[in-house]
Amino acid sequence: MTGTLAAIGAGLAVIGAGYGIGTVGGKAMEAISRQPEASGDIRSGMILMAAFIEGAALIAILLSIFIQ
Amino acid sequence: MSRNIYSALLIFTAILFSFPAISQGHNHDDHSGHDHDSHAGHDHGAHEGHDHAAHAGGDHDSHTPNCSGDHGDHKYDPAATAIHHISDANIWSIMEFPIPLPMILKSDAGIDMFMSSKFHVASMHHEDGHASYNGYVMHEGSAYRVNQAGFPMDGSVDHGPFTHGTEMVDGKERDVKFVCYNNTPYRIEQRTTLDGGVLGGGITNFWDFSPTKNVIAMFLSCLILFFLFRGAAKKYKTNPEKAPSGLQGMLETMVVFIRDEVAIPFIGKEKYMKFFPFLLSLFFFILGLNLFGQIPLLGSVNATGNLTITAVLAIIVLILVSVNGNLDYWKHIFWMPGVPTFVKPLLAVVEGMGIFIKPLTLMLRLAGNISAGHIAILSFIGLIFIFGDLFGGIGSGMGLAVATPLTLFMMAIEIIVAFVQAFVFTILTASYIGAATEEHHH
Repeated sequence: MTGTLAAIGAGLAVIGAGYGIGTVGGKAMEAISRQPEASGDIRSGMILMAAFIEGAALIAILLSIFIQ
Repeated sequence: MSRNIYSALLIFTAILFSFPAISQGHNHDDHSGHDHDSHAGHDHGAHEGHDHAAHAGGDHDSHTPNCSGDHGDHKYDPAATAIHHISDANIWSIMEFPIPLPMILKSDAGIDMFMSSKFHVASMHHEDGHASYNGYVMHEGSAYRVNQAGFPMDGSVDHGPFTHGTEMVDGKERDVKFVCYNNTPYRIEQRTTLDGGVLGGGITNFWDFSPTKNVIAMFLSCLILFFLFRGAAKKYKTNPEKAPSGLQGMLETMVVFIRDEVAIPFIGKEKYMKFFPFLLSLFFFILGLNLFGQIPLLGSVNATGNLTITAVLAIIVLILVSVNGNLDYWKHIFWMPGVPTFVKPLLAVVEGMGIFIKPLTLMLRLAGNISAGHIAILSFIGLIFIFGDLFGGIGSGMGLAVATPLTLFMMAIEIIVAFVQAFVFTILTASYIGAATEEHHH
């Protein structure tokens, strides 16, 4: 089995991204429930932030594919 | 919504990291499938001319399969099937009926142009050809070229089935493919790729410039978009006072959404019109291709799930942002104002990397999400064959009962993902443009 260490690295990155996206989603839901009329702005901001976090996770995954 | 992106990413990650395990298991199968004596038995008599040292330099230990064994009873391999179906191809199989595409191939022998019908691909035959043309053969939908002396390199020649073997190149085990001709395996090579061997490619003995399935799909989806928008635009011209209806209403909703939720908030009211056409083209091109790939039985086109296509989109964004970046943008990258001097070079390195990482993530996100969706659907459909292998006909029925709702569910999610990913690509592009053109008031 090759690439085991790389898989652990990717797993760690996914844990980080999961925590980040969970926080973003949770806070966005909170914000929408506090101010429902701003839900459109909050939602697009939420997607943008989730996409940024996902980008960091994707880079970790790419690196762990190539450096194994 | 973000959960969908994330779950798709998770599936993609899981599948990516099961690659080493899968490929190892696959190789073991191949080892058991052929006897090692065939290697020695093959280099004799009339075939003296093509010993293995002739076509692969360096240290290697190759296992050449024999051609006499039966190759029909391969067990169903879900990973290989999924990868085959999301890959680009030189042939378009609609419900297993192959539609030939043009081939433009360049090798040392010159440029060859012909239709891929020359490979004589039968329907229901996994896109494997039955005839070679000028030394080119078709295996699993891709063109290969024979790279071993003795094979007739001119004109159309009927050949036997394909086999696989392995060889050691610089300490790494690599899969090598062979085509059988007169019961002798001949080594075949895939097209040249410019990844330098990182993804398993490298410089081989021919270049492939053919318009593949993905290229044709891009043209088709552009054509569909052109007629959709021309129809809508005509309505505005002939009857501007009337409220939008039908197709026009649908397109107007999306255009207004991109303007009000993406372009104006991120780029600003004064400058957004300069970039609005680009953002709209980007959004509808990606959305069109995403949805085009979701149409069942249409050859599972995976154009936006292909890294090269998303790479081109990302490079266009990189050029656009760099060209339109104002002095403030570049100053904030290379000499960040307002921080201590000793931090400035550090930030310059990080921000300089950021210039390239931003388009890189754009490229990976789109390709990863769309490919992940396709792989998930193909895996669920594969359940039918896995159960069928295990329990026979009853198993196939069981698999069908499990796979149908799962596949339908995944396809429904994929339609959401198609919209979300097109939106995310557009909104991120808008935010990069916005950051590059923003006026700072220090």
